[in-house]
Amino acid sequence: MALAKRIIPCLDIKDGTTVKGTNFVNLREAGDPVELGKAYSEQGADELVYLDITASHEGRKTFTALVERIAREINIPFTVGGGINELSDVERLLNAGADKVSINSAALRRPELIDEIASHFGSQVCVVAVDAKDEGDGAWRCYLNGGRIPTERDLFDWTKEANDRGAGEILFTSMNHDGVKQGFANEALRRLSDTLSIPVIASGGAGTKEHFLDVFTQGHADAALAASVFHFGEIPIPELKQYLHKNGISIRL
Amino acid sequence: MNVAIVKYNAGNIRSVINAVKRLGVEPVLTDDAAVLRRADRVIFPGQGEAGSTMRYLREHGLDEVITSLTQPVLGICIGMQLMCRHSDEGDTPCLGIFDVDVKKFQSTAHTLKVPQMGWNTIAPKEEWLGNGGYVYFVHSYYVPLCQETAAVTEYGLPYSSALHKDNYYATQFHPEKSGTVGEQILRNFLCL
Repeated sequence: MALAKRIIPCLDIKDGTTVKGTNFVNLREAGDPVELGKAYSEQGADELVYLDITASHEGRKTFTALVERIAREINIPFTVGGGINELSDVERLLNAGADKVSINSAALRRPELIDEIASHFGSQVCVVAVDAKDEGDGAWRCYLNGGRIPTERDLFDWTKEANDRGAGEILFTSMNHDGVKQGFANEALRRLSDTLSIPVIASGGAGTKEHFLDVFTQGHADAALAASVFHFGEIPIPELKQYLHKNGISIRL
Repeated sequence: MNVAIVKYNAGNIRSVINAVKRLGVEPVLTDDAAVLRRADRVIFPGQGEAGSTMRYLREHGLDEVITSLTQPVLGICIGMQLMCRHSDEGDTPCLGIFDVDVKKFQSTAHTLKVPQMGWNTIAPKEEWLGNGGYVYFVHSYYVPLCQETAAVTEYGLPYSSALHKDNYYATQFHPEKSGTVGEQILRNFLCL
């Protein structure tokens, strides 16, 4: 048996409730984060990602309290992200019981944050999330602030640097694929996965069970993350995992 | 039942406290030798680096406490590695409860990523580990197969995913993060 490919539902949290954006806007509600997380865990989710999309200081306190509740109730690993800018944010969320933190814009703005997290808490807690867009000819540009601000950084160059600085995992969201449910960015994922020495989590594009199969066989991803197909019951996790298992993917049943 | 969790400078201890609480037991987190000695069960958990955690244990006299306990003790992850003889991580002499040395996984690009992070299967040799199944691992160093191997896992090579000797039990994986399979292993340990 080999290490299982992971299926990771992602829950976007605003003011303590779960929401999901389509192409980063148009938020729809989808339930209590702890109850939803527990339900996913019972269905066989391998890990959970909670992203705090609240920007305010008050909202951040609410989120920390939520992380404590999640940690008490859920018996699988979970990652938290959103609004993490410095080491003290990381410490606060790990102390609240998160297993890993996901950093995005803050790492692009100040890459040393990765080194700091790795040396203080270990690489295993440091997930570097990257939103990138294929701007033609396979040139992938990294974006800041949830895909709002373009940077000069190239996806492959940046993720290699993040890897070298001590990131534990890369969570790559293709902005071209996110929300459109036409499959993951398998070509770019394969290139990432085959060149980095750390696991790659694929995000953006899940619409069918076949898309998950493709992201593992063609994209060589270590894990696949999705939100709306799970939240709205379009793809039940047990059915997805059975399907992947039948198709020869190493999966935890 | 009194369950004591060893307090030291390793990370991820809270998740063990939460997991024990979910089983209906209120554990105490302590570095007090007397409290540790009189507990019914001791859990030695954590994530961390061998050199700095071992140094902390020595400075606080916890090395002697842990090695002289007589009740069932469960080491988890770095806890298990520190219970071995020596770790390649920082060339660190460890507690020497288990007669084996800790080695580093050799990364081979995309076929074998290090750390091993995620769900892998265990093949148990002992009853307290249940029937096996998938459990959650996060580690770069491993314990080779030895006399004291209680479960075997494959990652590039077969290695010890659990150990047992006398009153000392240990898992490389995180039972506190391993869903219902892990929960059962923790419950089995408390019921030994």
